Amino acid sequence: MSMISLLGALEIGLIFALVALGVLISFRILNFPDLTADGSFPLGGAVAAIMIVGGHDPWLATFCGMLAGAGAGFVTAWLHVRLGILQLLASILVMIGLYSVNLRIMGAPNVALIGEATVFSQIVGDNFDAQAWLQPLLLVGIVLLVKLVLDGYFVSQSGLAMRATGANARMARSQGIPTDRMVLAGMALSNALVALAGALYVQTQGGADISMGIGTIVVGLAAVIIGETILPARAIYLVTLAAALGALLYRLFIALALNADFIGLQAQDLNLITAVLVGFALVLPKIKRKLMPKKRSANVEPTSQNKKEAAK
Amino acid sequence: MHSFSRRLILSSTLAALAGLSLCGGAYAAEMKSVAVTAIVEHPALDAARKGVEDELKAAGFEPGKSLKYQFQSAQGNAATAGQIARKFIGDKPDVIVAIATPSAQALVAATRSIPVVFTAVTDPVAAKLVKDWKPSGSNVTGVSDMLPLGPQVDLIKKVKPDARRVGMVYSPGEVNSVIVVKQLKAELAKRGMSLVEAAAPRTVDIPSAAKSLIGKADVVYTSTDNNVVSAYESLLRVAESAKLPLIAADTDSVKRGAVAAYGMNYYEMGRQTGKIVVRILKGEKPGAIAPETGKSLSLMVNTGAAEKQGVKLSPALVKEAKEVVK
Repeated sequence: MSMISLLGALEIGLIFALVALGVLISFRILNFPDLTADGSFPLGGAVAAIMIVGGHDPWLATFCGMLAGAGAGFVTAWLHVRLGILQLLASILVMIGLYSVNLRIMGAPNVALIGEATVFSQIVGDNFDAQAWLQPLLLVGIVLLVKLVLDGYFVSQSGLAMRATGANARMARSQGIPTDRMVLAGMALSNALVALAGALYVQTQGGADISMGIGTIVVGLAAVIIGETILPARAIYLVTLAAALGALLYRLFIALALNADFIGLQAQDLNLITAVLVGFALVLPKIKRKLMPKKRSANVEPTSQNKKEAAK
Repeated sequence: MHSFSRRLILSSTLAALAGLSLCGGAYAAEMKSVAVTAIVEHPALDAARKGVEDELKAAGFEPGKSLKYQFQSAQGNAATAGQIARKFIGDKPDVIVAIATPSAQALVAATRSIPVVFTAVTDPVAAKLVKDWKPSGSNVTGVSDMLPLGPQVDLIKKVKPDARRVGMVYSPGEVNSVIVVKQLKAELAKRGMSLVEAAAPRTVDIPSAAKSLIGKADVVYTSTDNNVVSAYESLLRVAESAKLPLIAADTDSVKRGAVAAYGMNYYEMGRQTGKIVVRILKGEKPGAIAPETGKSLSLMVNTGAAEKQGVKLSPALVKEAKEVVK
């Protein structure tokens, strides 16, 4: 694996770290099974791409893409909270609807951004050798900023109220927390992050394509779960860190799979190799527990996360 | 609570990954190298790839022997296409061949130095791979699979001379189809004909989209839309029951039951692409080679299907066809 390949995996991993943080909010914190991401990821990309092509500032375009994603998440939550549509179904409806909306926004299934000004071109300029490491560097900054803001929010009064809403809505209501409003806000925040990822993604990949959202939610979920497995934690700053690391690892696995030809594997085996690697990451802690049984009792004790899993 | 050993696992995983990054990669200096990537694997794109490989062989660049060759498919995932692009750029091959638009875009966005030869891209100018159809002066050139639409309309007239309204089932999510719709509208208008659109975003939408054309169209044209081509049989059933002749843009669909096609041969297009790759391997600059459109078009008719779909093919048309299916 070359350095550029590794940096490329890092770059896309960092972008999907934002997706993972969004999915973390919907699935883990709000306990809201949400598939909107498959639509809000390309939505963010579509809005950003079309604004950039229209000559707007790329940062403004990225921000507007993020706002559009917030809107999509809000609609999903609204369908559930106000109209009583099942969570999963509400998100599927919004996801399907967004396909048409995204086509409308883009005006074509593919909007090219090659040669346009992007948030990256401003720092990279014409230096394409520096692009490989400058882009991931800028993304590290963005992901770190988002993570720190989220960490700060989730220990604030409002953030704690949101976590309480997801943990036990009835209890939260009895404490005077407006749970419906919390779900609306949380889902908007979650999909805003996914759309931000989409907006940044199109700027690194040379354009927005209508098919780019397929599988976003799967990757996001995988990242969250890999993160939880590798770094089980309760403190919120570690939970968000784990999600981001999970996304990075997932992309590293794909990079590894792309380089697996030396053991006789071929291009068509890519998804299978990725699945095996991710599966391995998931059982790693269990294998380790078996190998080193009573060394540390803390490991055997179920964490809050494991308890939740067991309760299901 | 978070044990030290868990962190150890994490850090050792990362270290192992970094270690792996050191092995592999670098190519031998004297042997030429070509890397090929496709957004997805399906018969037309695979045929194009086979064409490239065979042309390389014919020119003395035998993959695996006298040529370092690798192929990666993104398996339909755009983010993976981006990662494959970075892997290839890192491997520094002499030429990268990109099959279909998203794969080509991801490459062109990330390198200005390694030659990129695209193929099976319908409109490379709209995709911003090249500025226009002249030699680009950059690291990009290739072959487009855009069909000349005039001959397509001529074929429609030859199959059904009194046709005025042409129906088209297509997926609005496929850039190649949307381009065809736009251009076909203009081409038909020139001859006093009109286009009736029927959008089918998913394969399961094809039967209902086809039914919506009954009574509104005299004939149905299908482009190289991936959705439609992959579920052609569901379109056939409607066409036969409503006596709507199907005219395709690819010859494979004629074998499956369309009346006729004046279509691109993707294998030959691959060979045409391979010729460009060979020129670059032999020292030409990609920026000095103008992008081309696929040259190998051939007519194929299906007389049995014509009967089922209520048209009689003129003997002249059958004689003109390179291949006749009965």
